[in-house]
Amino acid sequence: MLLEIHEPGQTPLPHAGDSDTAAVGIDLGTTNSLVAIAVDGRPEILRDALGDGIVPSVVAYLEGEEEPVVGRVATRILEAEPHLVVSSAKRLMGRGTGDVASLGGHLAQKIHDDGTGGMVKLDVGGRVVSPVEVSAEILRTLRQRAEMVLGKGVDRAVITVPAYFDDSARAATRDAARLAGLEVLRLVNEPTAAALAYGLDRGAEGLYAVYDLGGGTFDVSLLKLEKGVFQVLATGGDAALGGDDFDRLLAQHLIDTRGDAIEAGDVKPVLAVARRAKEMLTDAAEVDVDLDFGGKATRHKVTRADFDVLVMPLVARTIEAAKVVLQDAGVTAEELSGVVLVGGSTRVPLVRDKVAELFGREPLGDIDPDEVVALGAALQAEALTRGSDTLLLDVVPLSLGLETMGGLVEKVIPRNTPIPVSRAQDFTTYQDGQSAMAIHVVQGEREMVDQNRSLAHFVLAGISPMVAGAARIRVTFTVDADGLLTVTAKEALTGVEAHVEVKPSYGLSEEEMGEMLRASLENARADVATRLLAEARVDGRRLVLALDSALAVDGDLLTAEERAAIDEAKAELEVAMSGEDRDSVIAATDALEAAGRPFAERRMDRNIRRALSGVEVSRLETRLQAG
Amino acid sequence: MEDAICAGCKSLQPPGQIDHFARLGLPRGFAVDGAMLERHYFAAQRRFHPDRFAGRGAREKNFSLQHATLINEAYETLRDPLSRARYLLETAGRPLPGDDGRSIADPELLMEAMEWREALEEAETPEQVAGIAARLATETRAVEARIGDAFAGHNIDGATRETLRLSYLVKLGIELKRRGAPRLARI
Repeated sequence: MLLEIHEPGQTPLPHAGDSDTAAVGIDLGTTNSLVAIAVDGRPEILRDALGDGIVPSVVAYLEGEEEPVVGRVATRILEAEPHLVVSSAKRLMGRGTGDVASLGGHLAQKIHDDGTGGMVKLDVGGRVVSPVEVSAEILRTLRQRAEMVLGKGVDRAVITVPAYFDDSARAATRDAARLAGLEVLRLVNEPTAAALAYGLDRGAEGLYAVYDLGGGTFDVSLLKLEKGVFQVLATGGDAALGGDDFDRLLAQHLIDTRGDAIEAGDVKPVLAVARRAKEMLTDAAEVDVDLDFGGKATRHKVTRADFDVLVMPLVARTIEAAKVVLQDAGVTAEELSGVVLVGGSTRVPLVRDKVAELFGREPLGDIDPDEVVALGAALQAEALTRGSDTLLLDVVPLSLGLETMGGLVEKVIPRNTPIPVSRAQDFTTYQDGQSAMAIHVVQGEREMVDQNRSLAHFVLAGISPMVAGAARIRVTFTVDADGLLTVTAKEALTGVEAHVEVKPSYGLSEEEMGEMLRASLENARADVATRLLAEARVDGRRLVLALDSALAVDGDLLTAEERAAIDEAKAELEVAMSGEDRDSVIAATDALEAAGRPFAERRMDRNIRRALSGVEVSRLETRLQAG
Repeated sequence: MEDAICAGCKSLQPPGQIDHFARLGLPRGFAVDGAMLERHYFAAQRRFHPDRFAGRGAREKNFSLQHATLINEAYETLRDPLSRARYLLETAGRPLPGDDGRSIADPELLMEAMEWREALEEAETPEQVAGIAARLATETRAVEARIGDAFAGHNIDGATRETLRLSYLVKLGIELKRRGAPRLARI
């Protein structure tokens, strides 16, 4: 390869123009993830062969399979074998074991407690994985999809995070990208990305509120748009509130009305049923829900009004957060030019109604709320690699501070301060001859340390002995353009440079990161083709299992000939699955689906006549229709 | 605005030690037009924000981060009248009493502040609270005008006194907000 020589400063932007690799925008969501690319200011979602842009943020760790399975296929495994599957890992990003104790009842995975504190890990399919590794699997899948569609390597990405993500969750996201072999061009806040997608699309100007209710997080941001500048004035939200909670409330309601105790293993299927019911209630006024667990099948009617009553307290919390953001920005609802809805959960009619009521106008929704964040991220990825006139000016979402005497918090950077930012605060010693000082960095709005998130503990050692109050210890907080915090401390008076050690409370240590990177290299990641083959096999296996269990119950619905045709198609699929050719696995799977279709239809008929296993049938039905 | 691109090598240089006004290309003084401040702020960030240097080397990236950080600091300091006045006093070598640990010793100001506080405590109905808020808004504008005059006339003593007055009016405004009164309009 020839080396190009340029005048200093005249170097063209690397990767500009027809480069070998591409930069993409990624929406790494709690429930769903997407990848998009922008070319000449036009963003586009990268879809699979079937036109599906969504990769469910679900990862299955199958016993005996080295490669985990990600996305739609993993979702199907979720209902049957929940112990092999991790979903909603985003909610655990940057969290400690203690943090998730309160979520314990809601988590279907077992928390792996090795007694070391630190970041939470999960026991799944006989392995121990961290949420960072789970997220890395999702990112790897998105990257592979992008590479397949674009036909070239993808090594850089703009990844979106909830505006309300704290520092450890942001750092964990960046670590996940590193594990997936992606350089993070920028972490962009989801509402800002959404505004970018809307703003660039329409040349909008004025004040915009972005209401973003996803699967597991809620954000609301207020932005000022002016001639290509996207200035965030204020942001707020709740990093642990989303559509998952709607599902949970509905599932709890169903279990309560049924009145039976439920085994932990049955929780996930009920949650999945609740989610489907929630989605149907967007258009339907009422739905029938079938539950089948503990050896008993029951049917329940749920009306939209019932559902609204259940979720109203959660929706009210989002509305309160939105009011605080308006107040923080010193803006009234009448001054807004528009309201943008983001996230699948904004399809819930009650959410739309309450948002419209608060802001006094119908929200904009003409860009698919599931896609808008990824589209904005893609635009920013292009802007960063090829240059652009747009400018994103974001803020610190949650105040950053230090623990002081008596467990109180001294705020160093208040929330909604524009980033990048650097602020210093001076502290002193309180004992004669004190030679070290413990510094505890926290994030949050509350007065007391234990009510906020603990981000890091520092020890500033080597302070030269002085009388109490004589030392001048300057602690500097620096937040970069990604919203990531660095803290340094220095004894200023004597000019002594003291050593500062940073220990992120819930992040991955450099050693852990190094270990994971090494492991991923040593295992020589399966290439795209093997991974797709593995997925096709898993898909085929699921179909066989689903058919077998249906045949065990309703085998009498078939004539001997029909049964023979199914058995033959099944045998052919088994043969294909033992081979290495993905296309023949898919073809054999399709053939078996076709052979089984009349059977599924007959089962549905029978199901109407006698109360049958709702979950089983609907799963088979979904599978067959998906083919 | 700072000219930080080296004419010879065309690469970004580290930010210089200039004051917040010079950094945003504004004349030094208390009178700052909000719209103009914003325009200059956006223009400065357009040139120096790290997003503009995403494809450059670590050295330039780091410089751009430093520039953007200082531009934000200048903007944050200058957009709020109280912090702007404090900054002008501090850079004139006369930091506001109280900012450097000394207590305020102006009996007249203390008396005034107490009167405001009493009025607020006695206010019971939302209308009474709103009335105080309106008075406070008028008084705040008047004090800001006097701060401007004092700085324009190089009257540091006068500017100090009026800035102290503004600082307790701002505190009062925060308390009013807690009691649910309408916010003061940002000027």
